[in-house]
Amino acid sequence: MHFDSFAAFLEMGGYGFFVWLSYGVSLLVVVAFIIYVKLDKRKLIAEVRAEAARKARIKQAKEQS
Amino acid sequence: MWKWLHPYAKTERAYALCNTLLPYFFVTAVVGLLVGFIWGLAFAPTDYQQGDSFRIIYIHVPSAILSMSTYVAMAIAGFVGLVWQWKTAYMSMIAIAPVGAVLTFISLFTGAAWGKPMWGTWWIWDARLTAQLILFFLYLGVMALYGAFSDKTQAGKSAAIMALVGVINIPIIHYSVEWWNTLHQGATITKFGKPSIALSMLWPLLISIVGTVGLIGTLVMMNLKNQILRRELHRPWVIALLQKTEQR
Repeated sequence: MHFDSFAAFLEMGGYGFFVWLSYGVSLLVVVAFIIYVKLDKRKLIAEVRAEAARKARIKQAKEQS
Repeated sequence: MWKWLHPYAKTERAYALCNTLLPYFFVTAVVGLLVGFIWGLAFAPTDYQQGDSFRIIYIHVPSAILSMSTYVAMAIAGFVGLVWQWKTAYMSMIAIAPVGAVLTFISLFTGAAWGKPMWGTWWIWDARLTAQLILFFLYLGVMALYGAFSDKTQAGKSAAIMALVGVINIPIIHYSVEWWNTLHQGATITKFGKPSIALSMLWPLLISIVGTVGLIGTLVMMNLKNQILRRELHRPWVIALLQKTEQR
């Protein structure tokens, strides 16, 4: 290990703010993208479900008439 | 080769391929980024000029280099779509675009956070920085153009042409540090001859780059799966698949 203590590791020789800002924001952006993809998938599932329900209703209406 | 490649023009096969590749990309991403970042942040020696601020390199350089490679990949996908009229090629192109935009944003942001302590400014209209900002807008432009058409074949064609025209920006970004007198430093590893970085700093950088490739692959596969499903939403295999996942 290059640093003497964990505190020194966090401090990054005085550049801690910039180093951890870079890594933090990058992680945040990637996580946000993953959440977006997951929500997108959920939307697709909801669409298919709504379409299936609509078809079932049409079928039911036809049978009644 | 073409006979082998052709079945993947079918969406169902392409979807299955995404599922096959995803775990490999994911493992590469997790292992590569963990090893690269921990090695780079905690074990690599301090830079004699820049102190510990140089540790931003382990995220800045992979995202910057690969934002260009990703753009070329997106343009190639667009080219394949234009020439061979593959629907899956356009889907790949539009699946890659937001991932590339994310990478370019990361490279710009980490560059700013590195520039502040080293150059004394978050941003400057330097050739390298400006060209990279244009790359970011090109990604957004491809996405916006694709979104502007309701006919997705037309959308794919237009966005592919824009992506191909934008390739001109890639050599401009790469050679900007040589052609102009820039504040940005010259190439560290992507040049002929010996890399100008100590081996103990270079290894974690190379591993981070491999990990970032894995991350890009993972994100593109995840997004591409959604793109395929969206375009084929009324196909029986998609309906069956989505209703099955919904029960879980």
